[in-house]
Amino acid sequence: MKKFKLDFNLIRTMIAIGIALLLALVIILLTSDDPWTAFYYFIAGPLSKAKRFANVIEAMLPLVFTGLSVSIIARTGVFNLASEGSLFIGGAVAALCGVLLPLPPVVSPVVILLIGGLAGMLALLIPTYLRVKWNANEIVSSLMLNYVLYYLGTFLIRTFVRDPDSGYLQSTKFHAEADLPVIVPGTRIHAGAIIALLCVAALYFFLFRSRLGYKVRMVGENPKFSFYSGIPYALSIFAAQALAGFVCGLGGATEMLGMFDCYKWTGLPGYGWDGIIVATLARNNPAWVPLGAFFLAYMRTGADMMTRYTDVQNEVVSIIQGVVIILLVAESFLAGWQKRRTFKEATENAKLEGGAEA
Amino acid sequence: MKVWELIFSTTFLATVIRMTTPILFAGLAGLIASQAGVMNLAVESIMLTSALAGVLISAWTGSAWIGLLGAVLIGIGMGFVIAYTAFTLHADMVLNGVAFNLMMTGGTVFLLYVATGQKGTSTGVPSKVLPTVNIPLLKDIPYVGEVLSGHNVLTYIAVAFTILMFYFLFKTKIGLRIRMVGENPAAAESVGINSKKIKYLAMCLSGMFAALGGAYMSMAYMSWFQNNITAGRGFIGMAASALGGNMPLGTLMASLLFGVADAVANTISSLNLPSELVSMLPYVITIIGLVYYSIYLSKRKAPASKAKEEPKPSEEGKETI
Amino acid sequence: MNQMIHRDPDDFPVGEEILRMSGITKVYGNGVLANDNVNFSVKKGEIHAIMGENGAGKSTLMKILFGSEQPDRGEICFKGRVLTIESPKKAVELGIGMVYQHFNLAESLTVAENIVVGQEPDRGIFFRQKNAYDAVEALAKKYAFDIDPKSRVRDISVGKKQKVEILKILYRNSELIILDEPTAVLTPQETEELFRQLLLLKQNGYTIIFISHKINEVKTICDRMTIIRAGKTRGTYDVSELSANDISVLMVGRDVVQKIDKPSAKPGKTALSVRDLCYRNEHGAVMLDHVSFDLRAGEILGVAGVEGSGQRELAEAVSGMLKAQGGTVALEGSDVTGGTPGEIRALGLSHIHEDRMSYGIAKNVSITENLIANRCDSGELGSKAFFDRKKTSSLAEELVKEYQIVCKSPSVPIGMLSGGNIQKAVVAREMSVEPRVLLANQPTRGIDVGAVEFIHERLIRDSREKDCAVLLISSDLNEVLEMSDSLIVMYKGHISGYFSDVSALTEQELGLYMLGLKQQDGQALKEALHEEV
Repeated sequence: MKKFKLDFNLIRTMIAIGIALLLALVIILLTSDDPWTAFYYFIAGPLSKAKRFANVIEAMLPLVFTGLSVSIIARTGVFNLASEGSLFIGGAVAALCGVLLPLPPVVSPVVILLIGGLAGMLALLIPTYLRVKWNANEIVSSLMLNYVLYYLGTFLIRTFVRDPDSGYLQSTKFHAEADLPVIVPGTRIHAGAIIALLCVAALYFFLFRSRLGYKVRMVGENPKFSFYSGIPYALSIFAAQALAGFVCGLGGATEMLGMFDCYKWTGLPGYGWDGIIVATLARNNPAWVPLGAFFLAYMRTGADMMTRYTDVQNEVVSIIQGVVIILLVAESFLAGWQKRRTFKEATENAKLEGGAEA
Repeated sequence: MKVWELIFSTTFLATVIRMTTPILFAGLAGLIASQAGVMNLAVESIMLTSALAGVLISAWTGSAWIGLLGAVLIGIGMGFVIAYTAFTLHADMVLNGVAFNLMMTGGTVFLLYVATGQKGTSTGVPSKVLPTVNIPLLKDIPYVGEVLSGHNVLTYIAVAFTILMFYFLFKTKIGLRIRMVGENPAAAESVGINSKKIKYLAMCLSGMFAALGGAYMSMAYMSWFQNNITAGRGFIGMAASALGGNMPLGTLMASLLFGVADAVANTISSLNLPSELVSMLPYVITIIGLVYYSIYLSKRKAPASKAKEEPKPSEEGKETI
Repeated sequence: MNQMIHRDPDDFPVGEEILRMSGITKVYGNGVLANDNVNFSVKKGEIHAIMGENGAGKSTLMKILFGSEQPDRGEICFKGRVLTIESPKKAVELGIGMVYQHFNLAESLTVAENIVVGQEPDRGIFFRQKNAYDAVEALAKKYAFDIDPKSRVRDISVGKKQKVEILKILYRNSELIILDEPTAVLTPQETEELFRQLLLLKQNGYTIIFISHKINEVKTICDRMTIIRAGKTRGTYDVSELSANDISVLMVGRDVVQKIDKPSAKPGKTALSVRDLCYRNEHGAVMLDHVSFDLRAGEILGVAGVEGSGQRELAEAVSGMLKAQGGTVALEGSDVTGGTPGEIRALGLSHIHEDRMSYGIAKNVSITENLIANRCDSGELGSKAFFDRKKTSSLAEELVKEYQIVCKSPSVPIGMLSGGNIQKAVVAREMSVEPRVLLANQPTRGIDVGAVEFIHERLIRDSREKDCAVLLISSDLNEVLEMSDSLIVMYKGHISGYFSDVSALTEQELGLYMLGLKQQDGQALKEALHEEV
């Protein structure tokens, strides 16, 4: 039956994506002078050249980190939205370290990534702490915290490592030792990809194999049940959210060292919000996160190409994203169908029971 | 010294009012939804959409007022659609709000391009702006007149709505029902009030206020639409209503706080000083205020005997904001 | 209705039959027959008690009357007309109002606002606060309710909140008022005051249905009573007709005695020792009042009592879920007072919670994961940090087999199972850790006969063969009498009687203790402590 459930959710996700893509097609048909070329670039563009495909992978990496983070956060039942700020501060702190810390090769990125991860972890734990300790609404506090972190990060960059020759706010160059090496020659795919995959595996095992992960899921699933069963509430929530924060900070640091040679962000990069899309697509399961992130990155890369070669704007992607998420989080979407399926399963189950009792 | 001079100048105080207006509208949008027990995270997206709608409609019709009306209608419509997905399709309110925000951040840029062929900003579109108002008598009072008179008509509308909001919530039947539903839907249902209907209504009103805030951005604060023109003011408005205890006066004060911080930050950065710490302040204050409010609530509710660290499952509603 | 018309309910003659429910039968989805051909009638202007134990079917009957449940058979005749009451809204329109034990009030709004909302005194769209205050004040004065319409509901006492609920009904011109165990939340003084008001309402022609299991109260203010037991009416009587003992016999008893055979107990050392346990709930009501007893290894100690007499609080306080304000709990000699559920479980306590669906399981999670909740730190299931999937799934397979949990596979979400199988899974989880003490709170409520028998067998086997000490809390009289070796009876949070040998106890006698008509003295209760003198 678990298989059935998985299948159902998969089908539901597919249908939601299908509807959104159909909507995109309609929009493109209505607005473009050359809709079929546009649609071609949108759907097949990223496959046309190896370099394009590499762009998809590059764009996907930060989404994997925040997708993982949001998946874990959502499992705890305390919906902390600070992934955005957490990733940002991880990146900003990594940039600071990249400029200021002269470290030997290999050691340098490792240390900086860890510091970035810790920064993200501390940041993300603030709303969690306020919630657990004082029952302060984590949604409002985490939204506010994102801004605090943004201004804090910008302040640090401006004060300590600003490149005075630049008209924009950007830092001076990182030490070359801090760079994450490119692992696929001819692209910008960097060692962060390996880190991302390791995180996927680690969080999957954490959530579904480890004892702590089990506790986290139980606490999120039914706090009363876990309280009665003697599962520690605060500890489980803190552990999970610390992990989620670490992954976010790590993601920010990875992005900073892997894709840039100096700090160049002009605002909050939005990956935290994207993480919510990815986690929703992945049904909060780390194992599916890379797929969700790939889908989003692929769509965006395709849309970028479409914009470059045709008259359709890449922002059409936002509409698709929005529609997919709304359909996926709307419990009533396809609920009737699911109910019928469940009912069928349940009656079968009842027959089984009847049979066993007879 | 120069900073202080700037801060007490009439231009600075007028800037505060300019900065406060959109946040106040967003705050009212958050307030009315919270009073009905709904957390409307989508204020930001409604503001963006209406900002664009105001520009486009005023350009097409040549009338700023029709543009404003169109923006407001679109805002109400979006409020209704969000309510539909949340209360009829049972989408999680937070994720739902996030989805709308993500959709409209890019969606507005897309629509702008489709409608006008302009990328990112609507500077080439002949859109109208709403007029400023000089208040007779007041404008002639030195200093005070310079600060309080001569603002955009929407600023005065915002203040008027803040006062009206008080009367609406506390002096009308609908207001009473909204407060009842927000606090205890079961109690409302027990006397035959349809709480879903009330929540739809509150979301439509929330959409209306957000729309006014959006229109202010593109038809008063600036005279065009641009990518992400609201820059998070929808969220700030939510924070303002939370900090203001979901009360009209409190929300006004909290919005002013954000407005002052914005204006100070602007002033400071124009002097080439790091303005981030000032910009950060209202958010920090909001978090502290939120914690303070939560402690106050938990003390008030503190039962004679407390079930020990029984987990508190998240509850939707204004009590926790 | 925009205007508040306060109409006195005298369009129907006093003394006539205002309500008749005949042949009401209700079967719930899970097959429980809650009402079996119930006949019930109320006269205009009387206070009519519905008496019965919890689970007897009285709340189902009232839910049907108030429109929140629909009967499978039977008809309702109100004021001479046969009607269907499809919703509470319809009931209110007909003039029927109900006060639940849990109040439906918005705490930060004023008393008057809570009362008038939905039918506000108005002028156009405006709500006339002053008129609301006046109307509520007038209404309160008329029926001698001492309440300030302007105060906020969160600032007033529980007794006053109840008055707000009654005023809500009066404001809506109801003539039939249903009160569901109204005195359960009140202090003795508040109860007296309520009674004076109910009599005043009666004088004004209101009809009141008073749901209760408190004989003294019913004798004090009711005119007639209908007794319900096991879904059937046991007759309607004038209150003066029956003595307290008669009522007790009618209310408490078994229709069918189902004998359960069990080997005699050989009680060993004290496993659980409770002394002077006291607990007040968040409303300040005393739920546990100096409860003291010893539970010995190898014995089943039953806890009988009308529901709400503190049984749930007892189980939760012993298991660490509630923090008692006084008294001690010792598990096999070590003091566990104030411990967390996790700590106390680790010392060998298991707890079957009465609220299976909220506390007993996480319904979206697999059977396997539900089965390991109380041993998620056990070394048998893998390394320190990780579960060994082979071990967890083989444990689940074993338990599913041993406890006859009928399911396709242990990876099915537990919420898909029937109530009986869910309960078997809960029992499997709690018993398979071989606890020294098992708190079994309503272990067989609402489940099928097969599952009941199975769970009974298990409880007996573990207590006899594994020397497990079982505290069996149950409102099923047959269960508590047949399963227990010895028995304590709880009444209003304290122990009203201890019986070292249940086989010598009659149902009639038990009924008197359960309903507070008899109370053992301190000396007799000392026996429950098993202390050498």
